[in-house]
Amino acid sequence: MTMTSETQTTVRVPQTPFAEFWSYFIQNRGALIGLCFIVFIVFLAVFADFVAPHHPHEQFRDFILVPPAWAEGGNAQFWLGTDGVGRDILSRLIHGARLSLLIGLVIVSVSLVLGICLGLVAGFFGGFVDVAIMRFADILLSMPALLLAIAIVAILGPSIVNSGLALSLVYLPHYVRLTRASVLTEINKDYVISSRVAGAGALRLMFIVILPNCLAPLIVQATLGFSNAILDMAALGFLGLGAQPPLPEWGSMLATAREFIQSAWWVVTFPGLIILMTVLAFNLMGDGLRDALDPKLKQ
Amino acid sequence: MLQFLLRRLGMVIPTFIGVSLFTFALIYLIPGDPITIMGGERGFGPEQRAELEAMLGLDKPIWQQYFIYLGNVLQGDLGTSYVTRQPVMSEFMSLFPATIELTVCAAIFAVITGLTLGILAAIKRGGLLDHTVMTISLTGYSMPIFWWALLLILLFSVNLGWTPVSGRLDVMFWVDEVTGFMLIDTLLSDEDGAFISALSHLVLPSIVLGTIPMAVIARMTRSSMLEVLGEDYIRTARAKGLSKRRIIVKHALRNALIPVITVMGLQVGLLLSGAILTETIFAWPGIGKWLIESIGRRDYPVVQGGLLLIATIIILVNLLVDLMYGVVNPRVRHSK
Amino acid sequence: MTETDKSLLVVNNLSVAFGTKDNPFKAVDRVSFHVEQGEVLGIVGESGSGKSVSSLALMGLIDFPGRVTADELRFKTTDLQTLNEKARRKITGDEISMIFQDPMTSLNPSYTVGNQIMEAIEVHQGGSKKERQAKAIDLLRQVGIPAPESRINNYPHQLSGGMSQRVMIAMAIACDPKLLIADEPTTALDVTIQAQIIELLLKLQREKQMGLMLITHDLALVAEAADRVVVMYAGQIVETGPASDIFKAPKHPYTQALMNSLPESSEGKDRLNALPGVVPGANDRPQGCLLNPRCPYVTDRCRAEEPEQYGPRGRQVKCFYPLDEAGRPTV
Repeated sequence: MTMTSETQTTVRVPQTPFAEFWSYFIQNRGALIGLCFIVFIVFLAVFADFVAPHHPHEQFRDFILVPPAWAEGGNAQFWLGTDGVGRDILSRLIHGARLSLLIGLVIVSVSLVLGICLGLVAGFFGGFVDVAIMRFADILLSMPALLLAIAIVAILGPSIVNSGLALSLVYLPHYVRLTRASVLTEINKDYVISSRVAGAGALRLMFIVILPNCLAPLIVQATLGFSNAILDMAALGFLGLGAQPPLPEWGSMLATAREFIQSAWWVVTFPGLIILMTVLAFNLMGDGLRDALDPKLKQ
Repeated sequence: MLQFLLRRLGMVIPTFIGVSLFTFALIYLIPGDPITIMGGERGFGPEQRAELEAMLGLDKPIWQQYFIYLGNVLQGDLGTSYVTRQPVMSEFMSLFPATIELTVCAAIFAVITGLTLGILAAIKRGGLLDHTVMTISLTGYSMPIFWWALLLILLFSVNLGWTPVSGRLDVMFWVDEVTGFMLIDTLLSDEDGAFISALSHLVLPSIVLGTIPMAVIARMTRSSMLEVLGEDYIRTARAKGLSKRRIIVKHALRNALIPVITVMGLQVGLLLSGAILTETIFAWPGIGKWLIESIGRRDYPVVQGGLLLIATIIILVNLLVDLMYGVVNPRVRHSK
Repeated sequence: MTETDKSLLVVNNLSVAFGTKDNPFKAVDRVSFHVEQGEVLGIVGESGSGKSVSSLALMGLIDFPGRVTADELRFKTTDLQTLNEKARRKITGDEISMIFQDPMTSLNPSYTVGNQIMEAIEVHQGGSKKERQAKAIDLLRQVGIPAPESRINNYPHQLSGGMSQRVMIAMAIACDPKLLIADEPTTALDVTIQAQIIELLLKLQREKQMGLMLITHDLALVAEAADRVVVMYAGQIVETGPASDIFKAPKHPYTQALMNSLPESSEGKDRLNALPGVVPGANDRPQGCLLNPRCPYVTDRCRAEEPEQYGPRGRQVKCFYPLDEAGRPTV
């Protein structure tokens, strides 16, 4: 009954799919804020060497546990204060952004690529291959992500690379399931059958014909996967199973900060805040992407 | 109903076998063989080694070892801790009540606040309350709970002094262990104030552990409730002249809860893995802390057995949730 | 027939607006009609003509942001507009009740049909559980459901569409209403079931001497069932009158077009004679007469001015050039 002005403009001006997506996306204020924050964090991460006021490992022996600049006893040289061995917290957070985003990117890419391949194979070939892959995914899914990651790190030994590997494996089943489900809905559509009749091989059918039509839910899942990866990575770091000191990883920074909880609130507060904000930004953007890409809501 | 039950059980067994294969394989995947680890720094001589191998069954073919392992597991034998020399099962059982107590309290917190917030937000859609609930929920969902724990300790324990920092009970009390649940044991004991102490120790860990499930439940309840409130049968109920309260409680909530129950079931897994973090921070003597410490001590039988038990519990809880879903939703119960 | 103090329902200039205050969209625009006891009033129109919204407004089921206004909204001697929510609820479901288009989604899937019928009795009449159950079984028997003693324990998903609509009817007549509003009661059902449901409704209406508002887009149905007819287009009433008069000689071009689109009236012609286009939406309502973009007899005056409703009481039309007895325009 209600015809909104947006639908009228879409009628008048034919939009490219991206322009249409973008017009929906920027209407979502939360998603836009999320995107801006992510761009900001990415900027910090890329130019950490120039942006950070100090080296993340440099210990200022005369400035141990200095409060933030605005607080009493603060020092303008260290905006967010210094930690227990006199390292600048702001610089460590900026370099930590580089570490967290990089690890997040690696984890999401590895599980996304592997998940797409396995999901395509399962959905495309069916039969025993399908059952085997999906059973494997179900078993992985029956255990909570963090628990499984801890188990794998327990085998491989605590390190940032091993915990990244563990998390990639843990997130794998989500992508497998999503890909397989979309393949199953696409595979019997006319355009797939026609290219099959035209003689396209299995690989071409899977990756060039079917895959592009399954991407929307995968993009959303990958964005939300980023927030999970950063959160779980920080948790592993906090438990001492992920990044090892003195790496400026956010979670392990919190772990070493625990002993100062009674004396120096800033050492505890800022690393957690940046984790929360980054995760929140990815979640906001993921929600916005889902709404903008979901054809049901577009009508 | 019986058929429904059997079908669900049939799906559980392969998953359990898969999990047991995984935990069995764990011992073979770790770098270095079990006997070297058991020997520690002193190590064993070749004769001792062969003796131990025979004792542990490590000289048999690997598939045979798996069936022996599975047989032992089904009889409740999960091996012996390298460190304490206690059976893993009995250690688990002695620590498990603490974890149950914590997760149950966290679940109660999550369900009560989550449902209330979700329902209120849906009823007052678009209002200030709705926006507040959505913000709380999104923040809670993105919360690194180990940091959240530290913040709450900083505020309530360090600055305000309202709650204790860690543990289950103040050291001034001595309570006999009857059930393993501190809330019950303190009530049974004749120590004055012990119950209050146990309760105050539980508050912060429960809130911390319940935060993410609370956020998820609030969000899910809201959207499910909004969907149901737009259904035709709500219009029918209104056309019958029912009160708002009755429409929401009887007609909307019951249907809105169906998807929420599934989500709650999925939270059990998150609660148990979240318990690992929470127990570590609050020095809560449960299986989460035990597991992390065992990883640090390379006490592999404990890691292996603990993981298997936790995974089994999660599988069983998910089964239970499925069955509950059948009770709430007549369409599932009757479908063939 | 005209409205009197004894009329069951009197509606005078009822409007329902959605959208913002500055840019309102009138889904129902100054609609007036009345229903007498024991009478069947047919309300006809295409989808989007405002018939369902009018009936929801009568039931008090229009939610924010919808705004309902009327000069008069009277049920028997009760002014519905001044009632508080609680008093209003006392009437809805008791003296005025309603059945809806899609019976499959209008019943709550989580409760047995017995429970849902008994709830209506419980709220308005009370009584012990046993009495209510006996009454529910009796109601199911009245609406022609076989083996009502066992059906009462069925869940809605175990019933067919026709059965579900019978249950809805049982629920609606549970408290012996004086006025029953049936909003497209057969649209969602199989053709073979439709006639049975209408027959049942009319039988119950005669037995209980209810006023029945039959809302439908099916003109043939109204021709058979209704005493009087109200034809609606784009939220407005375009023609009213006794059913026999309207079918013999429609005065409004829209009514004529609706009749021409019936399959039986176009026998021998090549195709169904339907109006081109659709009912205008919120943002594309034309100037002047709302039908003018689709009317075959449109003039410049129709494009500039909106006609008033006029004619003798009980036989009114909203057109500058009403059709004559032979169906020709009086331009």
